[in-house]
Amino acid sequence: MTVRELVEKAPFKAAVLPDPDREITGVYIGDLLSWVMGRASGGDAWITIMSNVNIVAVASLADTACVIEAEGVTPDEEILATASAKGVNILLAEGGAYETAIALSKLL
Amino acid sequence: MSEALTFHFDVDGADFTSAGQASVQVKKNLRLLGISPDIIRRVSIAMYEGEINMVIHAGGGEADVTVTEEEIVISLRDHGPGIKDIDQAMQEGFSTASDRIRTLGFGAGMGLPNMKRYTDHMEIRSELGKGTDITMRVNLK
Repeated sequence: MTVRELVEKAPFKAAVLPDPDREITGVYIGDLLSWVMGRASGGDAWITIMSNVNIVAVASLADTACVIEAEGVTPDEEILATASAKGVNILLAEGGAYETAIALSKLL
Repeated sequence: MSEALTFHFDVDGADFTSAGQASVQVKKNLRLLGISPDIIRRVSIAMYEGEINMVIHAGGGEADVTVTEEEIVISLRDHGPGIKDIDQAMQEGFSTASDRIRTLGFGAGMGLPNMKRYTDHMEIRSELGKGTDITMRVNLK
């Protein structure tokens, strides 16, 4: 499933979608950035509550398909602009990491 | 690609939020050179961890990435405080980062282990009060 299809089918909102056709091949949940870089696979949808600018570099380098901000966390405009420029998709979810993962599990 | 290509970067120690710029640039350069996505991912993550370490602990430093037909070599140099016990620093979970750094999602004690995990060879030379040199190699063949 692509990130665009996920936004259409899941209760997630697109904050920025510079690479909408990116295929999602798995899911990783975590807030410690080095753990994410060490353990997430390329193509994962990465669920986190971290919202500082470093998530853009981590998502880009770990080559995740998208970042899903859980718990209604919304990164500020500057971060969204950086994500857009770096080709990093960011989605927003109202639920916690658990609810967000369940929603993904039903669709993937 | 018959000759070695080297990319040089100065890592700014003052701005934590801009850390990662060198790694993202390396990722772009390697993509242009036609390096495989898996190798690019390993090199750029290892370099980012090194970059973050230089910003957190050493007030910045320098990085060089050299690409030959056989391998990619990442060299990092800083003039920070040095690493007291390298074996201890290599253990997953060991960190001397501040609480402020931890609230940003770093300082989990995974930086050096990730650098080792994603490269084929890593060498650390460190002297207390002088600084740290790290060389990482990723085989292309």
